[in-house]
Amino acid sequence: MSDNNDKKKTERRDFLFTATAAAGAVGVGAAIWPVVDQMNPDASVKALASTEVDISSVQPGQSLTVLWRGKPVFIKRRTDEEIQKAREVSLNELKDPQKDEDRVQKPEWLVMLGVCTHLGCVPLTDKGDYNGWFCPCHGSHYDTSGRIRKGPAPTNMEVPKYEFVNANTIKIG
Amino acid sequence: MRNIFKISTFLILLVFSKAYAAENNAKLLKTDWTFKGLFGKFDRGSLQRGYQVYTEVCASCHSMKYLTYRNLAEKGGPEFSEAEAKAIAANFEVTDGPDSTGEMFTRPAKLSDKFVMPYANDEEAKSANGGAYPPDMSVLVKARKGGADYIYSLLLGYEDPPSDVKLDDGVYYNKFMYGNKIKMPAPLSDDLIEYSDGTKATKEQMSKDVVNFLMWSAEPHLEQRHKTGFRVIAYLIILTVLVYFSMKKIWSRVESKV
Amino acid sequence: MSDHEYTPSSKFGKWFNDRLPLLSLANHLTDYPTPKNLNYWWTFGGILTFCLITQIVTGLVLAMHYIAHVDHAFSSVEHIMRDVNYGWLLRYVHANGASMFFLAVYIHIFRALFYGSYKAPREIIWIIGIIIYLLMMAAAFMGYVLPWGQMSFWGATVITNLFSAIPLVGESITTWLWGGYSVDNPTLTRFFTLHYLIPFLILGLVVLHIWALHVPGNNNPVGIDIKKPSKDTVPFHPYIVIKDAFALLMFLILFAMFVFYSPNVLGHADNYIEANPLVTPAHIVPEWYLLPFYAILRSVPDKLMGVIAMLSAILILAALPWLDTSKVRSAVFRPLYKQFYWILVLDVLVLGYVGAMPAEGLYLLIARIGTVYYFAHFLIILPVLGLKEKTLPLPLSISEPILGGSPNLAAARNKEEKIN
Repeated sequence: MSDNNDKKKTERRDFLFTATAAAGAVGVGAAIWPVVDQMNPDASVKALASTEVDISSVQPGQSLTVLWRGKPVFIKRRTDEEIQKAREVSLNELKDPQKDEDRVQKPEWLVMLGVCTHLGCVPLTDKGDYNGWFCPCHGSHYDTSGRIRKGPAPTNMEVPKYEFVNANTIKIG
Repeated sequence: MRNIFKISTFLILLVFSKAYAAENNAKLLKTDWTFKGLFGKFDRGSLQRGYQVYTEVCASCHSMKYLTYRNLAEKGGPEFSEAEAKAIAANFEVTDGPDSTGEMFTRPAKLSDKFVMPYANDEEAKSANGGAYPPDMSVLVKARKGGADYIYSLLLGYEDPPSDVKLDDGVYYNKFMYGNKIKMPAPLSDDLIEYSDGTKATKEQMSKDVVNFLMWSAEPHLEQRHKTGFRVIAYLIILTVLVYFSMKKIWSRVESKV
Repeated sequence: MSDHEYTPSSKFGKWFNDRLPLLSLANHLTDYPTPKNLNYWWTFGGILTFCLITQIVTGLVLAMHYIAHVDHAFSSVEHIMRDVNYGWLLRYVHANGASMFFLAVYIHIFRALFYGSYKAPREIIWIIGIIIYLLMMAAAFMGYVLPWGQMSFWGATVITNLFSAIPLVGESITTWLWGGYSVDNPTLTRFFTLHYLIPFLILGLVVLHIWALHVPGNNNPVGIDIKKPSKDTVPFHPYIVIKDAFALLMFLILFAMFVFYSPNVLGHADNYIEANPLVTPAHIVPEWYLLPFYAILRSVPDKLMGVIAMLSAILILAALPWLDTSKVRSAVFRPLYKQFYWILVLDVLVLGYVGAMPAEGLYLLIARIGTVYYFAHFLIILPVLGLKEKTLPLPLSISEPILGGSPNLAAARNKEEKIN
């Protein structure tokens, strides 16, 4: 009888200690979160997340580079020849198969992040074996659709979220 | 010895309370602020009206340089819809640039822009206001002793000077101003503006609304602070109770009381 | 450090511990025999450790967003308050944390004064404590300058001008401190650097403070030497740990009430006005925790003497172990000292109050009386009291309240032997 009582007592005591320790641990965790979260993008950075670009002055064959979230965005007005070249490639030739139609909203305008998917350098425009882009850092070649064709980069250059506000303005982000 | 101690304490407290009473000669006006208290929140309608008072009355002289138009749509503030905040921003012109030809240009403000300032710099602000600098109002409530009550009282504290006070041109009498002399003419009068929500624009109503707005601008996370604070304190009390019983348990092993 | 040899049970533990005896240290800290009669005034050491760590952690992350430049400091603080995720919380914890730190340190110091914890063999602990306190004041003062509000700027101007009171070289020293001819950008950047450095110096001194404590062990409310370990002591863990945790939580509730419900009540409204070298605020007041010393400074009409008086008020504490001539530690057994102790507490509170008031008329008179009394307490009352006071008989041990003890265990034993 007394054994049983002792056992019950121990259990209750153990439960109390476990509950206290658990509650304490939750509090410590919750207190650490603000210290971690303060390093995430703040409200003013997030507010700059979209930018509007006037594209009225870009002639066919020319391109524009704008800064968005601290990175360059290439806006290229492609010629018919460049569009054709991008579209006649068969998908199984590509390292990262993707149709040109899926990479643009209007065939004339190619909008993508000007960041090499290898290690983040900015590729040079109208250079390389495929007359698209060439990254000088480690020799990645991109075609006129910004797709990786040769070199160490694993994927095509990324297309950001964008929309045509009107015929002359693109909103990126 | 003990008596000497008690008497001296009493005397000192007496002196201090007298001194304290003498200091606060003009008692501030009070109104029912919704943002006070454990669960204090802002009155959205009042904040929106307060913004209207600010833009239509104060903004011609007073800047609010730490606010951005996006703040107007953020949670815990006036909570205009994003479309409304964009429309508000678009009413203002900001200078941007340089463009591709190197020229600066103006464009309508965006949500990410700071509130447009009435003057280009402090000197212009001073010369336009008879040498008195209209202070930036972003954190004004926190920058004045008495806070919201003080600003509210000041807005309603204009009156004719007593006969023994002589005022220069461009100086006004306000019973709540430090030294009673202020260079800002009484900014508010009944029906000065027309509220878009139909509220009657009395002097008191406008003062209350604009001070609500200023309180929010000085302390934009007040609602979150109160909410988090309540949770934190509730949690701490529960944990304190748990730790208290754990402590009693542990110390029961030795005969000494805690 | 440890009185007994400790051998880890695991093989790896032993291997590691032979090379770096961290496990021995941990064992020493958990087993550390602590007097079992410590009251809640003894929990403030743990609370202070918590305060220091909180200030370092929040300060570290605030420094990620703060810009130490006269053109950007104020607006970067506003940026923290408005845009940075939880920035408002981190800044309010840091700003109110400074006040809570001082509140705790004052209780800690006055506890030591009441129970005579500064007396032999604990003089070194006490002196390290005074150095920590001085560094805390320096860190707090420089931290207050960083937001670059009106009080920041004028506080910095007034305090740095104290050094100009030094004869001959005073002017050169202030110019050197400022890095210019007034408080300006070079001053701000160097204050930021030092504000960042000092907490780590404090951390190092805290380690020494605790090390020096662990040599003789804790004093206790009875103030007599005890045998360790014995039935008068309990191991630090879990007994003292859980008690410290309980006290810390009570302290945190107070802390949270400030942070969440009146975060600016301990600050000064003028510091939300950006620094302006052309306009001085009507009243320049330091933060509350420096007010008693500010009152002492202003109570002396001569500039140089005022500075000396203020510095002496702090440094005199370092000489306390030798100024207090009484052999009995705890005020519990010193009926007269107990009275004077409470008068000193009151005196410091009064000095703090008049420090916040304009230095004129009645306030100035009170400040002068308070200052004189403050010095008299340490320089006259304490030395005389130790010689004249008739103390109450001490118990022999904590658990056996037999009278006839002495603060010195050896002396007590000798007495015992003589009786036998």
